[in-house]
Amino acid sequence: MAEIIKRNKALAVSPLKVSQPVGASLAFLGVNRAIPMMHGSQGCTAFGKVFFVRHFREPIPLQTTAMDQTSTVLGADDNVIEGLRAIAEKSRPALIGLPTTGLSETQGADIHRLAKQFHTACPEYADIPVVPVVTPDFSGCLESGYALAVKAMIDVLVPPSASDGKRHKQVNVLAGSLLTPGDLEHIKELVEGFGLRPVVLPDLADSLDGHLTDAESSPVTTGGTPVSEIVTMGESVATLVIGRSLDPAADLLKERTHVPDYRFDTLMGLEAVDAFVHALAQISGQPVPEKLERQRAQLQDAMVDTHFMLGFARVAIAGDPDLLVGFARLVTEMGCEVSAAVAPSRAPALDEVPAAQVKLGDLEDLELAARECGADLVISNSHAAETAQRLGVPLLRAGFPQYDLIGGYQRLWVGYRGTRQTLFDLANILVSNGHHEIPAYHSIYNPPGEASHASSAPGPTH
Amino acid sequence: MQAKDIAELLNEPACEHNKKSKSGCAKPKPGATAGGCSFDGAQIALLPIADVAHIVHGPIACAGSSWDNRGTRSSGPTLYKIGMTTDLTEQDVIMGRSEKRLFHSIKQAIDSYHPAAVFVYNTCVPALVGDDVDAVCKDAAARYGVPVVPVDCAGFYGTKNLGNRIAGDSMFKYVVGTRDPDPVPLEAQRPGIAVHDVNLIGEYNIAGEFWHVLPLFDELGLRILCTLSGDARFHQVQAMHRAEASMVVCAKALLNVARKLESAHGVPFFEGSFYGVTDTSHAFREFARLLGDAALAERVEAMIAREEAKVDAALEPWRQRLRGKRVLLYTGGVKSWSIVSALQDLGMDVVATGTSKSTEEDKARIRELMGEKTKMITDGSPKALIGIVKEYQADILIAGGRNMYTALKARIPFLDINQEREFGYAGYTGMTELARQLALTIESPVWASVRKPAPWANDSAPGIPMTATGA
Repeated sequence: MAEIIKRNKALAVSPLKVSQPVGASLAFLGVNRAIPMMHGSQGCTAFGKVFFVRHFREPIPLQTTAMDQTSTVLGADDNVIEGLRAIAEKSRPALIGLPTTGLSETQGADIHRLAKQFHTACPEYADIPVVPVVTPDFSGCLESGYALAVKAMIDVLVPPSASDGKRHKQVNVLAGSLLTPGDLEHIKELVEGFGLRPVVLPDLADSLDGHLTDAESSPVTTGGTPVSEIVTMGESVATLVIGRSLDPAADLLKERTHVPDYRFDTLMGLEAVDAFVHALAQISGQPVPEKLERQRAQLQDAMVDTHFMLGFARVAIAGDPDLLVGFARLVTEMGCEVSAAVAPSRAPALDEVPAAQVKLGDLEDLELAARECGADLVISNSHAAETAQRLGVPLLRAGFPQYDLIGGYQRLWVGYRGTRQTLFDLANILVSNGHHEIPAYHSIYNPPGEASHASSAPGPTH
Repeated sequence: MQAKDIAELLNEPACEHNKKSKSGCAKPKPGATAGGCSFDGAQIALLPIADVAHIVHGPIACAGSSWDNRGTRSSGPTLYKIGMTTDLTEQDVIMGRSEKRLFHSIKQAIDSYHPAAVFVYNTCVPALVGDDVDAVCKDAAARYGVPVVPVDCAGFYGTKNLGNRIAGDSMFKYVVGTRDPDPVPLEAQRPGIAVHDVNLIGEYNIAGEFWHVLPLFDELGLRILCTLSGDARFHQVQAMHRAEASMVVCAKALLNVARKLESAHGVPFFEGSFYGVTDTSHAFREFARLLGDAALAERVEAMIAREEAKVDAALEPWRQRLRGKRVLLYTGGVKSWSIVSALQDLGMDVVATGTSKSTEEDKARIRELMGEKTKMITDGSPKALIGIVKEYQADILIAGGRNMYTALKARIPFLDINQEREFGYAGYTGMTELARQLALTIESPVWASVRKPAPWANDSAPGIPMTATGA
């Protein structure tokens, strides 16, 4: 169990943390025809929007209650009601997510009351669910905000029931923020491979996978989990939960519906994927498809081939807790040493990181720790490009944001296939960075410039 | 090359194989042969000469699948990494145009890359159609004023080992003795240290590993006139005959060069290795002995004491992790015992070793090092090797890259010690790297992962409900 080192400096330098309201908004963006509206100043939304646009290279529907000086002092309840009404009127969304921010929480907004009040004030929009969620940016990080929003959606949309298993082919997938749209696509394929029908909450693979649509513009998401399906989650035969951060959401779902669940911290690495596939085999009563067995054997082969390059490599990882746990486990399974681990905030999952210490901090902390231990490789988001450059080591980009890597949002990390590619990529960047090269030595009797009989710099002259 | 020339090359008086009734190297057996041809051997022996344009004269198969596949490193020019071939076409062969093409190829290489020299490797097809490669090389050298050296090494002449000798022979015939060495640079002279010129023969600077050892030569006042051929330059090969002593490193293949240097130029030689602490120290002592310099001998002993203490301390933590681990070593010739001593330095237990390329003397060394009960392996087929790994419960297979995937497919830890490898193990410093790589693969958690059956493999029937967490 890793020792958790608390933040011990005043200034955060090269921050790793992304705020809770941004994380909550992301979860809402995985619901079809939805739009999140942050309750805060308009900057909260504007920054979040740019953040997602750069990462996903997609237009992002995101609104704001636009608190100003007056409403901040005298009360911003009207802003919420007015904002909800405007959105409902203009776009008729299937769902409005309502995350709070540091500003509205400090002010003391009661977001749950406001959501109810809206439906009382505007009964004509009673069919548009509003999902309030308390996500101040002074606690947690992207991952926790996302998890809170998932839990809030279950709370609002899934009715208490005792009809679990009624839809005997339907499986719920609670998908954590560590998963990319590419990951979710693959997870759905895995589930379908066993003759099961997944209901993924939230389904970013359907909304933010980067697809052209007939409609040239849309004020709401153009894909994602249909609200009508979320409502039926209590009738599923099982729930698959991916990411420890979703434990509270999963607890609530099970308490309400009694659908049995299977929980997974990560789907990277042979063991993790084995457990997932095994669960699918048992839920479905189907044998493991040959195609999957083959992918498993391919991963094993890749593990054996790449262990030469990855063995004993010192890896520095910075990311949200679930992602950190996932990568730390994967590289440890390959014989690497997680010699620096940094997470932006505390989470129970951090106890599981296979490293001596996990630091709660920023990319400066990562850089210092990585330099001290002589890390060979950094795994983190695009902001760590400079960090890695200063350290003189390669960077594997993962997590949020990835603004300098085309298609990073879509990358497949999970499953046998995704893991295999990750191992290849890790091995390649280590090898091409000259990880093991012995520096050339010039004999004192044979200094480099003296080779008068040798050719000068060879190279084609025509 | 005529049959009598080949026979002469096969007869290597300095090689222990000669003492048995069968002369020279074993003939390959159709349908049951692994290993390369003469061209392969010749190219491997000479390619590391870094400032030479290496032209493979033949159709594409010879160069096409072999260029730039070696782990040998250069501290300067990188011309040797550029693949060059005449890439003969059907028309060239039918119309007898291959000599002409070769002549133009040499010109092109000289014009484009200004090499210190051009080496032309003859291959099967031009050898068969009767190209006079020697004459073309001679003409081209006269015309362009750059040395052009023929290496007549068609694959059908014989084995890779023969190719090594052909390469050495070409160097001796055309290159060695054509130039005197440069004087020792003044700034490199140190009071009280007499500089001795020496050669290393059969050292290839794989993965740059010789750079682990070279600083020690500098320290002792041993100038390496030429390494044949790791990180070498053409002008160094030309001046080899002026050395005071040669060391044949880890390979019988270029023994002919050492022997001829001795008989024609009076350069004495010894055979040694830089793998392992014991052998590295031994090599330096041998130099001191051959050079007969008492002051050098003293410096050597001081250096050995210092380096051995240093490496001993550095190896201690690794020894604790590697002690008692069982090794199956499968490699050729000298390495069959030189690596054994390196592994024993680490406290490891070598349970079996390959001897298919070893001489009687090598085998005697093995028995001396490992005792009479040692398993000597002559059948190196994948199935046989894996069988022995299992039978002797070896923890690791150490062999050449060709066997790497054999081991990996059988889920057996592996260490590559041949020329394609990525890591340098020579000298005292190299020992630590060797220990690290051994531990890396032996201790790797992937073996447990890939040996374990899938969790559903033991399910008696699919569909037995499992207790979900907390359900």
